[in-house]
Amino acid sequence: MRRKAFGGLGVVLIVAAYADTAGFSKQISMEDRILHALNRLTFGARPGDAAQVKAVGLKKWIDLQLHPERIPENATLLEKLKPFDSLTMSGEELVRNYPAPQIVRQMAAGQIPFPTDPDRRLLIRKLVKRAETKQGDGAAPADAPTPQALAAILTPQEIRSLRTGTPQERLAALEAMPHDKQDDVIGALPQQMRQALFVAAPPDLRRRIELTAGPAQVVARDLQESKILRAVYSNRQLDEVLADFWFNHFNVFMDKGADRYLTTEYERDAIRPHVLGKFRDLLEATAKSPAMLFYLDNWQSVGPNAPQLPRGGPNAQRRGLNENYGRELLELHTLGVDGGYTQKDVTEVARCFTGWSIDRPQLGGTFRFAPRLHDNGEKAVLGVTIPAGGGEKDGEKVLDIVAHHPATARFISKKLAQRFVADDPPVALVERMARTFLKTDGDIRAVMETMLESKEFWSEGAYRSKMKSPLEVVVSAVRSSNANVDFATALVNQVAQLGEPLYRKQEPTGYSNSSREWMNTAGLMARMNFALQLSGNKVPGVKVDTPAGGADTALGSPEFQKH
Amino acid sequence: MIDRRVFLRSSALAMVGAGTAPLWLTRALAAAGERSARQKILVAIFQRGAADGLNVVVPHAERAYYALRPTIAIPRPSTLADKRGESAIDLDGFFGLHPALAPLKPLFDRQHLAIVDAVGSPDPTRSHFDAQDYMESGTPGLKSTDSGWMNRALGKPVGKPSPVRAVALGPTLPRTLRGGQTAVSMQSIGAFQVRDPRAAMEFQQMYQASKDPVMQATARETFEAMAMLQAIQQQPYTPAAGADYPRAPLGESLKQIAQLIKSDVGMEMAFADIGNWDHHVQEVGQTASEGRLADLLRTFGQSLSAFWTDMGDRMQDIAVVTMSEFGRTAHENGDRGTDHGHANCMFVMGGDVKGGKVYGKWPGLEREQLYEGRDLALTTDFRDVLGELVSRHTGNRSLQGVFPGYAPKFLGLV
Repeated sequence: MRRKAFGGLGVVLIVAAYADTAGFSKQISMEDRILHALNRLTFGARPGDAAQVKAVGLKKWIDLQLHPERIPENATLLEKLKPFDSLTMSGEELVRNYPAPQIVRQMAAGQIPFPTDPDRRLLIRKLVKRAETKQGDGAAPADAPTPQALAAILTPQEIRSLRTGTPQERLAALEAMPHDKQDDVIGALPQQMRQALFVAAPPDLRRRIELTAGPAQVVARDLQESKILRAVYSNRQLDEVLADFWFNHFNVFMDKGADRYLTTEYERDAIRPHVLGKFRDLLEATAKSPAMLFYLDNWQSVGPNAPQLPRGGPNAQRRGLNENYGRELLELHTLGVDGGYTQKDVTEVARCFTGWSIDRPQLGGTFRFAPRLHDNGEKAVLGVTIPAGGGEKDGEKVLDIVAHHPATARFISKKLAQRFVADDPPVALVERMARTFLKTDGDIRAVMETMLESKEFWSEGAYRSKMKSPLEVVVSAVRSSNANVDFATALVNQVAQLGEPLYRKQEPTGYSNSSREWMNTAGLMARMNFALQLSGNKVPGVKVDTPAGGADTALGSPEFQKH
Repeated sequence: MIDRRVFLRSSALAMVGAGTAPLWLTRALAAAGERSARQKILVAIFQRGAADGLNVVVPHAERAYYALRPTIAIPRPSTLADKRGESAIDLDGFFGLHPALAPLKPLFDRQHLAIVDAVGSPDPTRSHFDAQDYMESGTPGLKSTDSGWMNRALGKPVGKPSPVRAVALGPTLPRTLRGGQTAVSMQSIGAFQVRDPRAAMEFQQMYQASKDPVMQATARETFEAMAMLQAIQQQPYTPAAGADYPRAPLGESLKQIAQLIKSDVGMEMAFADIGNWDHHVQEVGQTASEGRLADLLRTFGQSLSAFWTDMGDRMQDIAVVTMSEFGRTAHENGDRGTDHGHANCMFVMGGDVKGGKVYGKWPGLEREQLYEGRDLALTTDFRDVLGELVSRHTGNRSLQGVFPGYAPKFLGLV
């Protein structure tokens, strides 16, 4: 008994000592407050941002950031996003307009209709033709260009003009050719020659180069490039920071099969509309998204007592329960690993979600409840009985239970505080945020307000305490040097090299919100080299006006790595 | 021996040329003759995502194995030529290797490869994140441990340590190498440099002056390692004849590790990982040699085998150990896959390893023998395997500090 009491006291003392040294009770100056707000609620300050916040007033500026719909979007950004038409398409439209080789084959065979847009239709017909001629040769695989292919349509002199000289000279050589020949040439160019043209090409030609080279890759590239462009240019900075936070919280992996075509609409329709809304809405939007159902395999999970497969045949097997989504829903999306659930709860949750499936995922499918896959028996989740016969409602019931659970309130609050305040956020702050979460039915904006009104957020313990993530360091470098981003492919690659490939975190955990993850030798080395490249105007597609702070090492300095 | 001395001298000269001949190098140069008294090296490979140990090391004599996995079990070993590539490769009459691991069979036969089965972390978690964290920290169930077992196993250095005594291949430093001892992460040897010497100098000064102690220390490690690697990154690396590394991240990582070992730059520990083992669906295709598991195992087996060939006689001083956070359900899940389970298998490879044997007590797969009625039960703690390697291979006798609160029981692996 006495031992226990002593132990308890020890913990209290440690917490108190910790809180003191971490400096969460000491407030920062008014001047620093503006810098701190820009550090944490945006992807880094641009020259002049601090003055602008001062002019508007910090409180009003924060309030606006919490209501992004009241901020007019940057016209430059909208202009730069225009060519990325994939961003507005549904999964189904993406599959048809940016077909992977097997879809092209199916179109050629008349199994899938060609897209309606005449230009797109023409392009895909050319792809079909290319695939056919190559197969006829019996040589290289259908989508790899060969030197012979180029020699068949160009004279040696023309080939030389595309292979040598400055990018501008090569571009001029291509543009001198007749328009319909250009596409054939682009299609036959080896990777390196194509890259040299890409760097110099104006936006519409860049688009044609990408499309001709491989339409399926364009979808992923549009998503990645637009993420960088938005982070750099958007006036709704907090909205962008939160879109990154919530996508990462409800992570899906773009390279997993059908998710190549499902991730675009996932971010646009499931994540973005809810980043400052109700957690329950956000949760259901992800739970019903084809992207998540595919990523965590729920679409093919079948209840042990389900009526089973509609079609028979010699190869038909009885499918079974897949726990993947059920587990990650509890562990990563809501309660947290210490949220007090058992293996039995995981299995019961998985039973509830049987039948939450996808109609034709490989064609960019949509959510479908499949009664034949559903286990209609009684279930018990976290002590709550879910009566038999609930059908699709079983899953919704589970979402109700976990979305309003105190463990979820704490888990989500802590994660937000870890992202916005400090790697080890003070317990008292997390508790206050969790209370707001429970009181407001999981209103994310209200939880953010509690955080942004706290003394902890504006404390010395928080100020410049976090190491920037790769995305944050790359984008903030571009913003602070007021660079113009013509195209962002090189920046996308930079973020990946620093250890955070966008939309490509394979594990459902997403990237760590604790910034310690990014403090290591490989990362520092890459950050220094990026700083030199950017300041020296050696990042393709990005033009720096005046190097920030004068020296080319400024963006690689220890100070710049933190925010 | 001569190679080593020549190498050190020439690299020292290269650095004097650049005005940076650090003290440790001078010392290493002086000691090159005697010190090559066999530096032992430990290489750890993490299979992230929970590999399905039951389909990797197949209990083909176990009836229940085939009953639990009607469509994804690896068929029993076959003597028929056309079936051999599609069935388990027998090891001892009870266990067999997945057919995609054929490159490892010669290592097993030459007793350089040992297998431990029904091994893993005693913590019951089925969370990838927690289980990886526990296996890397070496303290199952204890989240507050702030360092990894590999870092603690390094121990206090004698004199000035090599800046690359512990190396992880990849963009971040894994949990298992974090801690008080110097450890560096690198994408590749060649990429580990600031390309402009003037800027490198400026950066070095800036970071030396940094008030953030962690940043300052990390930067110091970065620049010291960079100086150390300068001499070897100029030369292209040619693996030994027959060492055919697959063009996949693990193959690349092991090739870099091999280069560091052969350069004698004082590396004691190395870490690499290979992801994508979370096979809830399509783990096994229409035959055993198809599907996601087979594809991954091919890379895995070929990488290890290439490394072994590349190291040649040096393998005498090297131990390679593989691990994965937990195993998978004994029964298949109906999507030609498996869900999160419990015990798994580990591979231990090296010249001083008593290989050619499957270690550990087999718990059986009958329903009452399964852990929580669904998973392979655990009979060996992963710390028994790692502890023995740390103690008997690398010679660090203070296991109390490496695995606090646990006394590893040695299996007689080395």
